[in-house]
Amino acid sequence: MTIQMEKVCKRFPQPAGKELSVLEEVDLSIGEGEFVIILGESGCGKSTLLNLMAGLLPLSEGEIRVNGRRINQPHPSRAMIFQQPSLLPWLNVEENIVFGCKLRGEHDDLTVRTAQLIEIMGLSGFEKVKPHELSLGMAQRVCLARAMIGHPQILLLDEPFASLDTITRSHLQEELIEFWMVEKFTAVFVTHDIDEAILMGTRVVLLGGRPRGILKTYEVNLNFPRDIASRGFFLLRSAILKKLRESFDGYQRR
Amino acid sequence: MQTTPQLFQKRLKKLGPTWRYLAFRLGYSLLGIGLFILLWVAVGYALFARPGYEQFSGFLPVPTLEAFWGLLFESRFWMSVWASIRRVMIGITIAFIIGLPFGLLIGFYQKLQLLTYTPVQFLRMISPLSWMPVALLVFHSFESAIYFLITMATVWPIILNTAHGVSQVNPHWVNMARNQGAQDYQLLTRIVVPASIPYILTSLRLALGVAWIVLVPAEFLGISSGLGYIINDARDTMEYDRLGAIIIAIGFVGFVLDGSIELIQRMFSWNVA
Ligand SMILES: Nc1ncnc2c1ncn2[C@@H]1O[C@H](COP(=O)(O)OP(=O)(O)OP(=O)(O)O)[C@@H](O)[C@H]1O
Ligand SMILES: [Mg+2]
Repeated sequence: MTIQMEKVCKRFPQPAGKELSVLEEVDLSIGEGEFVIILGESGCGKSTLLNLMAGLLPLSEGEIRVNGRRINQPHPSRAMIFQQPSLLPWLNVEENIVFGCKLRGEHDDLTVRTAQLIEIMGLSGFEKVKPHELSLGMAQRVCLARAMIGHPQILLLDEPFASLDTITRSHLQEELIEFWMVEKFTAVFVTHDIDEAILMGTRVVLLGGRPRGILKTYEVNLNFPRDIASRGFFLLRSAILKKLRESFDGYQRR
Repeated sequence: MQTTPQLFQKRLKKLGPTWRYLAFRLGYSLLGIGLFILLWVAVGYALFARPGYEQFSGFLPVPTLEAFWGLLFESRFWMSVWASIRRVMIGITIAFIIGLPFGLLIGFYQKLQLLTYTPVQFLRMISPLSWMPVALLVFHSFESAIYFLITMATVWPIILNTAHGVSQVNPHWVNMARNQGAQDYQLLTRIVVPASIPYILTSLRLALGVAWIVLVPAEFLGISSGLGYIINDARDTMEYDRLGAIIIAIGFVGFVLDGSIELIQRMFSWNVA
């Protein structure tokens, strides 16, 4: 599936009758099977952008089209992995994973698919465990499994690995990339970590500036699995950092 | 990352202190009961051992506890206990059937909450017993009048706590469910209601406490069963040991009912499995 954003603006009403403009005139076109990274500092509107794509927030202006059709509400073909843990505490791991399928009435070989995903995600033996007994990394795997079990065509990920330790994170990064190569979905991945961005993305979109919008877009033409010590990696990293600093200085001086 | 044995160990560790904690609590409970009886003896003797008050000596621990023992073998007592519990259950059930949907709606729609806030707070503050004359006018049977009183007493805590529970539902869960394709009614049945269960149980527990308090005076009305009735009866026949015993029984039954809801509450509180 493809996503086109045209002149997308998002403003939040403020208490004093004012409006907070978070995104202005965002144009972004995402092709089938791309792995697009949205990179930007905290508070620059990354989550907002993703929520707009998911259809969870109404637009202020502009238009978002998925496969050419305008969207205005969420749809399970665009599965989201949220920044905050969103497992239901009264359901166990297995029940959380099948939650969406049960909602939508998709019961076809659900048991088999669940068992497969639990195996792949390394959750075997934890099927009946309640979320509060899981470590953060495992909880995130459960969210990933819940998003993947419906075979979404678009996967939206909001800093899914931000609160994990380095080792767990790099494991999950590799697993996600393997998944993506097999399932061939379109991914939009939000992060504020440059290394994570270059490790995973086919394209990196820099979000920021004043007014906030897209600063610059970088194609990442490196083969998977990527080597963080390679020259290509290093050059791209420096370029992105330089751009980020420029924009930061730019609006600090103003 | 946690492995199975690690998790198992964690559970064991949790279990160890739990047992010790239970023993600790039990010890203090027994001590509390002992102190309570001591206080009862002291106050009882100070009051009823004075000349002119001998007739009230039935209220002292020994005669009261003897009478209590006697009550346990009396079928009329058990019939009364059952009659009282049945009334409370029916009254709360009616209040629950009315209060739950109201609470869910009020919690769900903010405008409805604003609209109902003042009337609900107002009605809530009216002592349930002040409805008694109204109840007697409206209902022909005393039995229905009692149900009405208990319903009037308990519907407010049920509405308010349920509404509070709904407003506390984590918005991320709602967004997650919407993203997974939930219809509006599914948001209610799959997210809002299960997430509110702890609050709903709390509301039932509060309702039970209020109902049990209102029940006894309500049973002073013209009926011939229930703990309120037999306590009145004991007063008229001046059997003060029996009166004291029934007071203890009322406390005891209330304690057991409250404790059973607390148990159910524990089962549904998902953080302490
Ligand atoms: N519902 C809302 N109402 C009002 N303001 C909001 C709302 N959601 C977000 N904002 C504001 O919009 C801006 C961008 O928020 P957003 O959550 O999109 O940032 P972010 O890039 O995801 O940050 P982080 O990296 O910390 O998650 C922030 O200034 C935030 O205060
Ligand atoms: Mg965010």
